[in-house]
Amino acid sequence: MSKAQDIIKAAERRDLRSRWLLSAPSLLIIFVAAIGPLAVVVLYSFMVKGDYGDVKYWQFSGEGWFSVLFERGLFDDSISLADAHLSILWRSVKISIITTIVTLIIGFPTAYFIATRPPNRRDLWLFLITIPFWTNLLIRTFAIQEVFRNEGVLNTALIRTGLLEKPLQIMFTDGAILLGIAYVYLPLMVLPLYASLEKFDFRLAEAASDLYAKPGRVLRRIILPMVKPGLIAGSILVFIPSLGAYVTPRVLGGGKHLMLGNLIELQFGQGRNWPLGSALSISLTAIVMLSLLVYVRASSKSGARSHG
Amino acid sequence: MPSPAAAIDARGVSKVFRGDGSADLKALDDVSVTIRENEFFTLLGPSGCGKTTLLRLIAGFEFPTEGTIRLYDQDIALLPPYLRPVNTVFQSYALFPHMTVGQNIGFGLEMQDKPKREVAARVDEMLRLVRMEDLKDRLTSQISGGQQQRVALARALAPAPKVLLLDEPLSALDLKLRKEMQIELKRLQTETGITFVFVTHDQEEALTMSDRIAVMSKGRILQVGTPRDIYDHPEQRFVADFIGEANLMTGEIAATTADVAQVRLVSGAAISATLPAEARPTGKVTVMVRPEHAEIVASTASATLTGTLESTVYFGTDTHFNVRLADGTAFVVRRQNDRKEGRQLDPGTPVGVLLAERAAQVLRD
Ligand SMILES: Nc1ncnc2c1ncn2[C@@H]1O[C@H](COP(=O)(O)OP(=O)(O)OP(=O)(O)O)[C@@H](O)[C@H]1O
Ligand SMILES: [Mg+2]
Repeated sequence: MSKAQDIIKAAERRDLRSRWLLSAPSLLIIFVAAIGPLAVVVLYSFMVKGDYGDVKYWQFSGEGWFSVLFERGLFDDSISLADAHLSILWRSVKISIITTIVTLIIGFPTAYFIATRPPNRRDLWLFLITIPFWTNLLIRTFAIQEVFRNEGVLNTALIRTGLLEKPLQIMFTDGAILLGIAYVYLPLMVLPLYASLEKFDFRLAEAASDLYAKPGRVLRRIILPMVKPGLIAGSILVFIPSLGAYVTPRVLGGGKHLMLGNLIELQFGQGRNWPLGSALSISLTAIVMLSLLVYVRASSKSGARSHG
Repeated sequence: MPSPAAAIDARGVSKVFRGDGSADLKALDDVSVTIRENEFFTLLGPSGCGKTTLLRLIAGFEFPTEGTIRLYDQDIALLPPYLRPVNTVFQSYALFPHMTVGQNIGFGLEMQDKPKREVAARVDEMLRLVRMEDLKDRLTSQISGGQQQRVALARALAPAPKVLLLDEPLSALDLKLRKEMQIELKRLQTETGITFVFVTHDQEEALTMSDRIAVMSKGRILQVGTPRDIYDHPEQRFVADFIGEANLMTGEIAATTADVAQVRLVSGAAISATLPAEARPTGKVTVMVRPEHAEIVASTASATLTGTLESTVYFGTDTHFNVRLADGTAFVVRRQNDRKEGRQLDPGTPVGVLLAERAAQVLRD
């Protein structure tokens, strides 16, 4: 009897070992490709900045991290909060949150619509959703600019029809950035939502409706709780890249309305402050991880509550 | 005595599903039926005959292409499901997987904005009714099929609907559980006094449970009646064939009185047969006799029908005698087996067949 157990144990060990061996190459790639660069960035954030960019190797200082939140006076040693950085940080978070909400509001009905088409038509609709991906992001962003511009399609149309007298300033506002990002990332919300809704058994919605639930309550009490994985996945997929968006705020925000991505780029370019750029990058990563943690916690808790 | 009130009254209901690309499909074709209050009413028919469609029209998941549906004199044909005092037990149960048994059962009352205390009390009452008190806080994915079935029932009964619709609720259960639930369902119907509209394609289930049965085929209701009516006096070939076994013979009407006709069979024998309601067929007709309503005898002298015994098949509870009648038609006689072994009849011997009183039924063709 104990012999049999030994044999089973040995087999399990062998099994485990071969699993590790088999996954070793991918683990190695993940390690080198993901952890490696991150480690380099962390290292750079603690070094002294070079005079013309780059860093002075192996000379360490906390200046990069200090500058994330504070700035020194030009002539004396006074220390004050770096307002510019904070307002950029706040704008990034704010725009990302609103973008997530906007894509949710537009994406849910879209995904619902597709999921309730006859099965043979759904692929076509999904295919249409992915069309924007066929064009390069930069070009799409310039296309949006063409629409929003003071002499652009939208304003011209509004003025021609007499709805407006002088063009509406859309370009170079937070609103423009928001619309741009929401447009770009909408498919990332629709696709996971669709994947969840497609699996949803609509007979449950019928059952709820049979039990006197009005349509709004069917949505809140039955559909939303059951497609929560899709909601969470979509929100994460939209929120994270929004936070680090670079091209869209650059083009539609016109250099004045920076987001974190632009601020970081600035440090590696004109700012010639690589340690600060690295520190900002790490901060961005930290914010993402933190918000993920908060979001997942909050949503699983609210789930637990509604299920009693 | 006043006739019982109509719980559901459907008049001229048709339902056409528009096929995209393919042809339109008429799932229901001019269906009229009255379901009485407190009745256990069964829709019986083969797959695809429109049973579920009729149920979904009553529940409000689909709307009729034509016709009216009344619930206690209120026209409900176009009301959404949540405004109809009608609940459904789904074939797939459709329990909410993210809720506990108790929450599932309380859902309907909660949606009607009943006070929490009342909901809780009613949930407990329902749990007792279906004997599931212990499982109140389980998730519905953590209980067995039979238990899910009970929860589905309790959930649909909790808001005390005027009519309960059941779409093949027992078809997912194994035979033993099925028998138990049949009894349970009947008990619940009697105890609650709610009108049940029950869908099945199992004829035995229909016969044992129903007050009345509607037999459906190809989107139409062919006959409505008590299990006895339907079994003993099927009026159409389809009904006779679909429920139980039937011997069919052709003959000619010789004379009719009230609801009985004298029919002269091809073989020359004359028998009396019940006529279908409100029909006075003349000329050639088909006559049906149930196998157990006939008796086989060794002497051909006084027999109504004569023929040759082709084979006997022993079924345990009864024996089937396959007879070839003089005119060439096949005729089956069923005899219940008893303890003493009767006189053996050998295949190939001439035999006579006696018909019980009112055994024969004229079909509408
Ligand atoms: N939503 C629909 N769209 C198109 N055709 C449908 C739809 N629902 C049902 N049908 C068709 O209508 C006919 C009747 O279907 P129904 O589901 O009422 O049959 P049923 O009697 O319940 O059969 P079963 O015993 O197999 O459940 C079938 O031919 C079916 O294919
Ligand atoms: Mg059906």
